Amino acid sequence: MPLVSVRGVSKTFANGVQALDGISLDIEAGEFLSVLGPSGCGKSTLLRLIAGLAPPSAGAIDWPAGKPDIGFVFQEPTLMPWATALANVALPLKLGGVGRSERDARSAEALGHVGLAGFERTWPRELSGGMKMRVSIARALVTAPRLLLMDEPFAALDEITRHRLNADLLALWERSRFTVVFVTHSVFESVFLSQRIAVMAARPGRIVSDLAVAAPYPRTEAFRTSPDYAAHCRLVSGHLAEAMAA
Amino acid sequence: MSARIAAPVVMGIVMLVLWEAVVRVAKIPPYVLPGPILVARTLIDDWGMLAPALVVTLEITLEALAAAVIVGGLLAILFSLSRWVELSLFPYAIILQVTPIVAIAPLIIAWANNVDLSLLICAWLVAFFPILSNTILGLRSVDHNLLALFELYSAGRWKTLIHLRLPAALPYFLGGLRISGGLALIGAVVAEFVAGTGGSASGLAYRILEAGYQLRIPRMFAALVLISAAGIAIYLLLSLLSYLLLRRWHESAISPEG
Ligand SMILES: Nc1ncnc2c1ncn2[C@@H]1O[C@H](COP(=O)(O)OP(=O)(O)O)[C@@H](O)[C@H]1O
Ligand SMILES: [Mg+2]
Repeated sequence: MPLVSVRGVSKTFANGVQALDGISLDIEAGEFLSVLGPSGCGKSTLLRLIAGLAPPSAGAIDWPAGKPDIGFVFQEPTLMPWATALANVALPLKLGGVGRSERDARSAEALGHVGLAGFERTWPRELSGGMKMRVSIARALVTAPRLLLMDEPFAALDEITRHRLNADLLALWERSRFTVVFVTHSVFESVFLSQRIAVMAARPGRIVSDLAVAAPYPRTEAFRTSPDYAAHCRLVSGHLAEAMAA
Repeated sequence: MSARIAAPVVMGIVMLVLWEAVVRVAKIPPYVLPGPILVARTLIDDWGMLAPALVVTLEITLEALAAAVIVGGLLAILFSLSRWVELSLFPYAIILQVTPIVAIAPLIIAWANNVDLSLLICAWLVAFFPILSNTILGLRSVDHNLLALFELYSAGRWKTLIHLRLPAALPYFLGGLRISGGLALIGAVVAEFVAGTGGSASGLAYRILEAGYQLRIPRMFAALVLISAAGIAIYLLLSLLSYLLLRRWHESAISPEG
């Protein structure tokens, strides 16, 4: 039984742009799925629909076991500049009515999980881009959601920081095994991270291939230079090129 | 930092010395143009009469500013909560804003039938618009991804207002407040002039009018100095407030050296 089942979903905006056309996708509980496609193919729209932030124009999004708590990470860190790192992470708990002391304890723990123990009282402007993104991930994970939606979260970061955050995200996932839907336009990132890659084509946005990445976890930096990784990247690149030609 | 204070101070001293020199050398009579020393002496000699007038004008200014904050702020929140309220009321706020206060002050004074109240209404009318329009702008300038996040956690209107829209609007509100502080003073003075021609006011503007009739030009200057000083003080105080509230997080309040 999938965690969420996207069935024949289309989305046409009020201005007539058709962003998605007949998307069908079953996402299993605990899996790490990447959605890969060129910019403008409707990846963000798909995530917003899954999160329930916008309704589909046609089709349905089903939650066979009920809709779980969802964490969302945007391409920008999207922190509140008037709040400390701790208060930013605590936001979902605060909105959920969790009391002050429990809120602070759980938020501090979440900051620890993303490697920011000791940064509780820091203001967003004092943090680097990578650290802000870590705060954003801690905020998404603080409610221990069963589904984590990530919209090109590392696209704006430098390569060194991106690799480190890739590894840390995988470590968090391997420990808690929440479900991840990770949107990216990078073949290399999708192959490194995921068990499965849905490749999308644009105008209108549709899924053209659904590929498995069979490599075992934990995936270390050594995996990045392995022949297995290269072979997967070649395969996925081929599908992406086909999608873009289509 | 030091240059920012020293430059205008030196400039001011140079201007004052020049002014005094011109008045003395050209032997300009004090009823045409009093020198700064005479103005200062008048300020001290007439302090017993000018100080209460200053208090009256300041009281009206601050009350009008407080009313502008309350009405402007609440209206902005109301507008942000209801598109319909905004569509139906905002045009009238603009009409109030563009109508010259001197033109409607006589009407207000006639209707209110109470000098202090009518002065307060006039000063408030001039002061509330920058707060209203800036706060509306601020309440709308919320990061749309943060809004999506609040929606994801089913925060509802009130929690979104309190935890997201109001903090995001604070810098804009404070910018409006600084403009409104000066406008409230101008509104109070203008309204006093209008009311003063009817002989029924006691603030600084009335003292200026009175001194004008009596050709006591140094006293006019002394009252003028007090009005300017009050305006500068209000601006500095509001800037300080703004700095204190924003220094932790907002770009406008962060010094480059960190
Ligand atoms: N709110 C909206 N209104 C109208 N068109 C939109 C809106 N959001 C996205 N689009 C359009 O839908 C298409 C897909 O957008 P998006 O989902 O952001 O793509 P991606 O995330 O893959 O870059 C684009 O052509 C975009 O211009
Ligand atoms: Mg996108």
